[in-house]
Amino acid sequence: MREQLRELFRYRGLLYMITFRDIKVRYKQSVMGFMWAILMPILIVMAGMVVRYAYALATHVPLKSEDIASVAVKSLPWAFLISSIRLGCNSLIGNNQNLVTKVYFPKEILPLAAMMSSLFDFLVASAALLVFLILVHTGWSVHLIWAPILLLTMVVLASGIGLVVSAASLFFRDVKYLVEVLLTFGIFFTPVFYDVHMFGDRGKWLLLNPVAPILDGLSACIVRRQPPDLPWFAYSLGFGVLMLFGGYLLFKHLEPAFAESI
Amino acid sequence: MSDIALKMEHVYKKFRKGEIFDSLRDLIPALTGRMFRQRELNVSDKREFWALQDVSFEVQRGEAFGIIGHNGAGKSTALKLLSRIMKPTKGYLAINGRLSALIEVAAGFHQDLTGRENVFLNGTILGMTKQEIASKLDQIIAFSGLEEFIDTPVKRYSSGMYARLGFSVAAHVDPEVLIVDEVLSVGDYVFQQKCMDRMRSVIEGGAAVLFVSHNLKAVTELCQRAMLFKHGKVVTIGPTDDVVRRYLSEALKPRSGEIDKIVTISQVRVRDRGGEQSTFESGDTAWVDVEVTAHENAEQLAVVIWLTDENQYIIFDTSTQRLGHPPFSLRAAQSYHCTFELKFNMAHGAFHVCAAIHRYNIQKEYDRLAPGATVFIGSSMAVRGAVNCLPKLLRAETAAMSSRDECKV
Repeated sequence: MREQLRELFRYRGLLYMITFRDIKVRYKQSVMGFMWAILMPILIVMAGMVVRYAYALATHVPLKSEDIASVAVKSLPWAFLISSIRLGCNSLIGNNQNLVTKVYFPKEILPLAAMMSSLFDFLVASAALLVFLILVHTGWSVHLIWAPILLLTMVVLASGIGLVVSAASLFFRDVKYLVEVLLTFGIFFTPVFYDVHMFGDRGKWLLLNPVAPILDGLSACIVRRQPPDLPWFAYSLGFGVLMLFGGYLLFKHLEPAFAESI
Repeated sequence: MSDIALKMEHVYKKFRKGEIFDSLRDLIPALTGRMFRQRELNVSDKREFWALQDVSFEVQRGEAFGIIGHNGAGKSTALKLLSRIMKPTKGYLAINGRLSALIEVAAGFHQDLTGRENVFLNGTILGMTKQEIASKLDQIIAFSGLEEFIDTPVKRYSSGMYARLGFSVAAHVDPEVLIVDEVLSVGDYVFQQKCMDRMRSVIEGGAAVLFVSHNLKAVTELCQRAMLFKHGKVVTIGPTDDVVRRYLSEALKPRSGEIDKIVTISQVRVRDRGGEQSTFESGDTAWVDVEVTAHENAEQLAVVIWLTDENQYIIFDTSTQRLGHPPFSLRAAQSYHCTFELKFNMAHGAFHVCAAIHRYNIQKEYDRLAPGATVFIGSSMAVRGAVNCLPKLLRAETAAMSSRDECKV
């Protein structure tokens, strides 16, 4: 494993290059250019606003700007996660198939590059979000220091899932459709539009979804100006690290069979 | 470091043919089905086949090693194992030094990027650093001859341009071990020559080259040693000329008579003074025997023989009629023999001897045997090409340039 990681490090130039290629191709093809990066999050935020507005009408609790900020803060990492899983799913097949069957290099570079190019989109969108947060006077606190840590956890989780689904979709062509369905409906089981505390005591069941504590924590440290729920954060982090570690081992175990199974 | 650049020891590679479950939709019913029918588990053994069996060889530094064999003999599998794209089922293989594999040179290209961007991308995939590529960029572009189009997206390139750019990048990796799989088949003649020159300079630089090609001429020109594969097994390893000869002699198959034709060529034989022979020295005299069998009455017949090079390009052609023998007639069940004497003034390489029988006055061809026989011409490396014009060097001197010549320059 150490040898494999060393090799990955030696090939880091290729990781940047393929990430760069993916970004370049995406922005070259679309007329909208950088708008592409914020289109998806904006759509999610707008959907979230509709949901929150309906909630406000039903409960007769007026909608606050904080609620909208919370939806926006959680939408971006969610958009990052699904785009990184979706691209990761296709990273070993389709356009990159030739790279798998004809050239040697550590293949985990492909799903990792898919994750990194999604991360780039996320960072572009974050800049827009920052402007929005300043406009609605969210303010800041010392707890903001948690934000990068939580995002890093998200990156770890996304990489782990990316490694697993990329290898799985190479061996089984319908994994892609399965993942697509899970991603479409995943948002209903994840506190993006709603907050965990709305469910009271039963909210902890929602937090079993490892993405939930991360999103809730982000909303806490950015919008509610309080630290994230530490035990649940530890749960997410543990899950993410296990996923990445296990995913990497699984990926490297299957890698020799890639070229002949594709 | 040892002098051995790469080696394989008793390498086996097994593939599965037939269906492989490539979707969960198929796999899950199959697995549940299998739980109830235990007996069928052994079926899978029959679906396996060995693409490589007990392959051992080694290549020294500074050596070019050729691999020849029919399609499906296991050549590409061997290269994929060496380039680490696949793992052997059994056995050991080792590579000393930086490896560059020209298996599919344009594999890393992305359609929407320009030629220049793809040079960087593909170079990185092949293991170069960004600085390295930047320093060689001009060389690479010049080698490809695509200066004009280098900032055009490669999706607008022709397939030849595509391959040329791919090869140019790969050829500049400065490998210690270079694996080349049939990349010369693309590109025009000038570019092919450029590639051969580039490979020679790589070899002179001390790298090892593993060259796979169906172009026997290129293999014999480039490689000192070669290996012949057949059905995944090594048939022979040795000096290239011997291996090529062996390959050609295995390629010849006896021909069974075809009765639906009126007249058939039943045999074409090439011999020297000692008898049937398939290897000659350039300039040797050879006799070509052609045997014709008639199944029905036929008249106004002539036998044509011709020679082709490996690319089936006709380099020589003659006939009984043109050599002064009048058209002849055959009755059913009669046979006809003729012998041509030829001087094999060809340069180094493999050539096919072909024959046809046709009706002279209406140019109707009854039968042809192409190739009827294959010969391998050996010669000193002093000549290359298709023919041996028996060159002699008569004058070779150095003179100072006169002042008038200098003005012209």
